[in-house]
Amino acid sequence: MNQNNLLVSSSPHIKDEQTSVQKIMWTVVLALTPAIIASVVIFGMQALALIFFCVLGTVITEYLFQKARNRAITLQDGSAVLTGVLLALTLPPGFPYWGALLGSVVAICLGKQVFGGLGYNPFNPALVGRAFLLAAYPVTMTTWHLDGVTTATPLNLMKMENITTEYSSLFLGNIAGSLGETSALALMLGAIFLIYKGYLNWRIPAGMIATVFLLTFVLGQDPIFHLLAGSLILGAFYMATDMVTSPVTKKGRWYFGIGAGLIVVIIRIWGGYPEGVMYAILLMNTGVPLLNRYTRPRSLGEVSKKYGK
Amino acid sequence: MKLTFKQGIHPPYKKELSRMQPFKKANRPEKVIIPLQQHIGAPCEPLVEKGDLVKCGQKIADSDSFISAPIHASISGEITDIKDHVLPTGEKKPAIFIKAGEENSWQSDLKNYQDFDELSAEKIKEIVKEAGITGMGGAMFPTHVKLSVPEDKKLDYFILNGAECEPYLTVDEQMMIQYPEEIISGMKLMMKAVNVENGIIAIEDNKPDAEAALDKILKGNNESSIKIKILETKYPQGGEKMLIKAILNREVPFRGLPLDVGVVVNNVLTARAVYQAVYHGKPLIERPLTITGSGIKNPCNIIAPIGTPVQDLIDLVGGFKKKPAKVIFGGPMMGNSQQDLLSPIIKGTSGVLVLTDDQVREEKTLPCINCARCVDSCPMYLMPTQLMKFIKEDMYDLAEDYMLENCIECGCCAYVCPSKISLVHYFKIGKAELQARKRDQIESK
Repeated sequence: MNQNNLLVSSSPHIKDEQTSVQKIMWTVVLALTPAIIASVVIFGMQALALIFFCVLGTVITEYLFQKARNRAITLQDGSAVLTGVLLALTLPPGFPYWGALLGSVVAICLGKQVFGGLGYNPFNPALVGRAFLLAAYPVTMTTWHLDGVTTATPLNLMKMENITTEYSSLFLGNIAGSLGETSALALMLGAIFLIYKGYLNWRIPAGMIATVFLLTFVLGQDPIFHLLAGSLILGAFYMATDMVTSPVTKKGRWYFGIGAGLIVVIIRIWGGYPEGVMYAILLMNTGVPLLNRYTRPRSLGEVSKKYGK
Repeated sequence: MKLTFKQGIHPPYKKELSRMQPFKKANRPEKVIIPLQQHIGAPCEPLVEKGDLVKCGQKIADSDSFISAPIHASISGEITDIKDHVLPTGEKKPAIFIKAGEENSWQSDLKNYQDFDELSAEKIKEIVKEAGITGMGGAMFPTHVKLSVPEDKKLDYFILNGAECEPYLTVDEQMMIQYPEEIISGMKLMMKAVNVENGIIAIEDNKPDAEAALDKILKGNNESSIKIKILETKYPQGGEKMLIKAILNREVPFRGLPLDVGVVVNNVLTARAVYQAVYHGKPLIERPLTITGSGIKNPCNIIAPIGTPVQDLIDLVGGFKKKPAKVIFGGPMMGNSQQDLLSPIIKGTSGVLVLTDDQVREEKTLPCINCARCVDSCPMYLMPTQLMKFIKEDMYDLAEDYMLENCIECGCCAYVCPSKISLVHYFKIGKAELQARKRDQIESK
């Protein structure tokens, strides 16, 4: 007696139409446009070409992987494109295009699809791709060009030769470094937009940046230099905040950010590498399930906390 | 700063569809279907048989159990059947079918009282029970049970819930505008029944006319024991636990009741039903509700006999505007979708919401991306995303540790989910499973 063909389903019967996975992913891509433009202005068309090859690589890999596993193709959700753009922004400007493609394949295959695709990966896929490239091609990955001249990054200059770089150059980005990490200004523009849209967990970058700032200050280093040099801003705002691979509780996000900041400082100051943002985030990614567990909020009316039983 | 609770959501309210529409009175339907279970607690046993003639107001079903509420005929006529029928909640339970007789004759066992001072607390509770009154905000808990305070509990506040935070619904608001005197009168009866001096009427700030109407009566009567508190318009502001937190900053303990923190909360419609039972001898046989949604030609507020099939009610107000895709009893956040148009209006039906095709797109569910919007919106501070994963993986011990049973099924999590996961559906299943497991444990011991 269902002549009306009424739909029966569980409440609620309305959903927020302003939000979808697709919208979140594409908005983050949009927020990265200032950084993309800055990279082209600073490093020329080779930057755009690198971004193109990375996105091409991630998109084709995701398509082929899902096709091979006979799964629905989910390219329209924008997450593969986002991974491609983020990976490109971590590469040095003179990096070969085949290397960019290879990194993209690894990012999607080993960073995302082997775990079951979007939502199931424990590590930020773009950083998995970068970690692979850094391990496989350490020299190419750390050869930096600016205006056609091979030169060292500010962090490297600092670590090896104790040369500091001016704040204004660090802020605007006309320095050696990866495509997207050099212009703090461009990155901040996009981040402010994302925070305004509510797509960015501000606690993570706040915790991470504050920790680096305070710790370097306490250790007698120049905190503003450490904040602007290297990929701290890019990592803190766009990679540490990757929803899939960061904690879901407010407290957890603070700990995640603070932990990542701590590792950055340890690597930068005592480690063998001049920069540690990538490893800091990847290491903190491993702690997310535990952080979620131990920072469960006290539910309304809950008297005794029985965490991690 | 306006009073409110933490987290929650701001859905589009769409109350303008039926707002400020004075109550229509539904005609006597040709037949009514009156379920024997319209409340939380023990179902009633019929006091009548097939073929009996009954009068409007006559008690037709009752139970010996304390947690139960008797049921009365909402029209006069002949009992044509007593058989199973699908309840608005989707369960199949017995119901009494009455075919309308030629004229509507009235018979009630309730006396009408005039003098407030003469009525004792016990008497008020007795009338409330005999009148079959249940909470009319939606939970349908028998009101006399709520008014029976164990001796070891000390109460200090009575909150009348006029928040009406569900989108679309305007029935509470209209009642406060149209019958403020009766509501306050009923509230005072209930305050007397529980022996509480401090009364608070809680209203969201999007209902200034309701506030003004109640305020006028309170001022006119020089009423000092009742105060109006204005709350921020936010869903689920009208949830008992949210109200108590917002107004008194008290937390109802896990598995506890408002009584445990010295508070009793009742809905404004319940107060009016108490007024009508005590002063007019009228049992709960009518239900004020909102009929609304884009599928309804003339959205409105209406008072309908309990048991009226929803089809009759929709026809009465001018029918559908567009082909209905979903018919919901209650509001869009917590209401129940109906299988067909034979569902009867029951004591807890606060609205009939008809949504059309463009509003009920079947959206594809995507995997959870841990965006934590559910965690950030849950008014009970739960972790919906984790709970969903535990239930999916059959990890009920963890779900229990993560306080699954504290979920009030308000739907904030599912509303904000970008992956469109039916989180509340998982939690309903999970809670039922936890209960079943506990029952098994007790039995095996």
